Amino acid sequence: MFSSEVIKMIGFGLLETLYMTLVSTALAYIIGLPLGVALVVSEGSENPLVRGANTVLGVIVNLLRSVPFLILLVALIPFTRFIVGTSIGSTATIVPLVVASAPFVARLVESSIKEVDRGVIEAAQCMGASMTKVIYKVMLPEAKPSLIVGSAIAVTTILSYSAMAGFVGGGGLGDIAIRYGYYRYQDDIMIITVALLVVVVQILQEIGMRLAKIGDRRIN
Amino acid sequence: MAQGRPIISIRDLEKIYKSKNSHVKALEHINLDVYEGEVFGIIGLSGAGKSTLVRCMNFLERPTAGTVFFDGKDLSQLTKKELLIARQSMGMIFQQFNLLMQRNSIDNICFPLEIVGMERNQAKKRAYELLEVVGLSDKANAYPAQLSGGQKQRVAIARALATNPKVLLCDEATSALDPATTHSILGLLKQINKDMGLTIVVITHEMSVIEEICQRIAIIDDSRIVEMGNVIDIFTNPKTEIAKSFASPGGDRPDRVIGNRLVQIIFDGNSSYEPVLAKTILECKAPVNIMFADTKNIDGRAFGQMIIQLPEDENLSNRVLAYLRTQDIIVKEVEASV
Ligand SMILES: Nc1ncnc2c1ncn2[C@@H]1O[C@H](COP(=O)(O)OP(=O)(O)O)[C@@H](O)[C@H]1O
Ligand SMILES: [Mg+2]
Repeated sequence: MFSSEVIKMIGFGLLETLYMTLVSTALAYIIGLPLGVALVVSEGSENPLVRGANTVLGVIVNLLRSVPFLILLVALIPFTRFIVGTSIGSTATIVPLVVASAPFVARLVESSIKEVDRGVIEAAQCMGASMTKVIYKVMLPEAKPSLIVGSAIAVTTILSYSAMAGFVGGGGLGDIAIRYGYYRYQDDIMIITVALLVVVVQILQEIGMRLAKIGDRRIN
Repeated sequence: MAQGRPIISIRDLEKIYKSKNSHVKALEHINLDVYEGEVFGIIGLSGAGKSTLVRCMNFLERPTAGTVFFDGKDLSQLTKKELLIARQSMGMIFQQFNLLMQRNSIDNICFPLEIVGMERNQAKKRAYELLEVVGLSDKANAYPAQLSGGQKQRVAIARALATNPKVLLCDEATSALDPATTHSILGLLKQINKDMGLTIVVITHEMSVIEEICQRIAIIDDSRIVEMGNVIDIFTNPKTEIAKSFASPGGDRPDRVIGNRLVQIIFDGNSSYEPVLAKTILECKAPVNIMFADTKNIDGRAFGQMIIQLPEDENLSNRVLAYLRTQDIIVKEVEASV
């Protein structure tokens, strides 16, 4: 049905998509996880400076989240060029992906940590745990199942963003779908790339849910 | 009981919760001492300020005025770090247990030991010992979700004891438990108090909890301490309405007991808690009818009152009266309606 060249191209596109998605997710978490924790611990602090920082952080996160990804992608082209040297291809796409998803990840992390019972945190404070210890030994481990579910949501969202980046030559399956399926009316290629994207999303989602369940001691 | 050194002293404490549009005075004019080795109770209705008071004891909540001394140290004068260290000498247990849900029993008990930086193997060893103290050795690897309420509270107690604290603060620790489990948890606390000499502060809204383990209490009502002293003194001679209502729940007065040949028996704590009535019936070989009873066993002594109806036969009836008068109780003949 497909020539070996097309198959090779689609296979390479799949790898590029995975590469962009996974690397971007990892970087988004490196930035978003501490931000999410910071949002939680700075909220309602007695120190007005810390409360101010929380407000500023919240506003930045909300601003970045409300800009549609496609617009952010275009707006960030100079910045991407500055960092990667080019604005085309899968590595270049990682830059806008991270900028767009880190705030989203921060909110996901924030809501996961907020699910942790306040009483448990209080108990730790009663035992003389410092804030750092509360974060490392209570908040993050207790929120683990929810954090994993969040990461499954994040990774699939980032994957769909990466496909959008195809419009500006971002590489990966999205790029192929646009170049062949949209500009050249090759419906079969369009369908196979879309199907692949759906399958990848399903697999990532399923892995996330399973990991969350296996690790959750509240139900096993 | 002999009073030793105060381990917690509170002077003129006040706590106001302030926010933009509210101003709640949760505590005012609080003065109290908790002595080493005692079981001190704080009883009050919901919203009276009990939790706030106990949270001021470990500075989880900073008082807006007044001083809290723990083990001779003014907590407000401590640096952040010193306060964290002071808290390691105060164990606390809660109504909702507050165990780490993603850690099994042993690792929950190891948690405070990790905070103080104890080496892992040593911590585990200590955790197993404590699990034995609370009678849960077979649940070492169980997660909280697999334990009953009483078992969770036992793990929480073991965890609170891990760092060898000087006091154990219990905020409504049995309020989520059924009566039998409550009894067994209170028994455990009593035993820990006796065996280890650990000072315990018990916060509750239930009189039965106070009766079972406390020696001294403070009654807190509407942000203030309204009565304080030995349990026995307060409940034989309650001065405030709130104390009276705790001493006889529901304000029970036998005002609807109607009949003749009625006798009111008052147990004022001078007699030991014995089946006085059963003995009377056996001794006098006479049937008596209990019309009303509200008695309690506080620290092995009987408190409260009973209203009984004497048998119709005058001889029998006199014999019962005479016998009752030989007992260490107050006996009053009463008119038709009390
Ligand atoms: N963090 C808080 N902010 C504002 N008000 C509070 C806070 N905690 C307690 N209060 C108020 O303080 C009063 C005493 O509460 P609390 O100490 O929890 O009572 P208790 O434990 O006796 O039921 C209540 O009126 C309660 O609403
Ligand atoms: Mg309370």
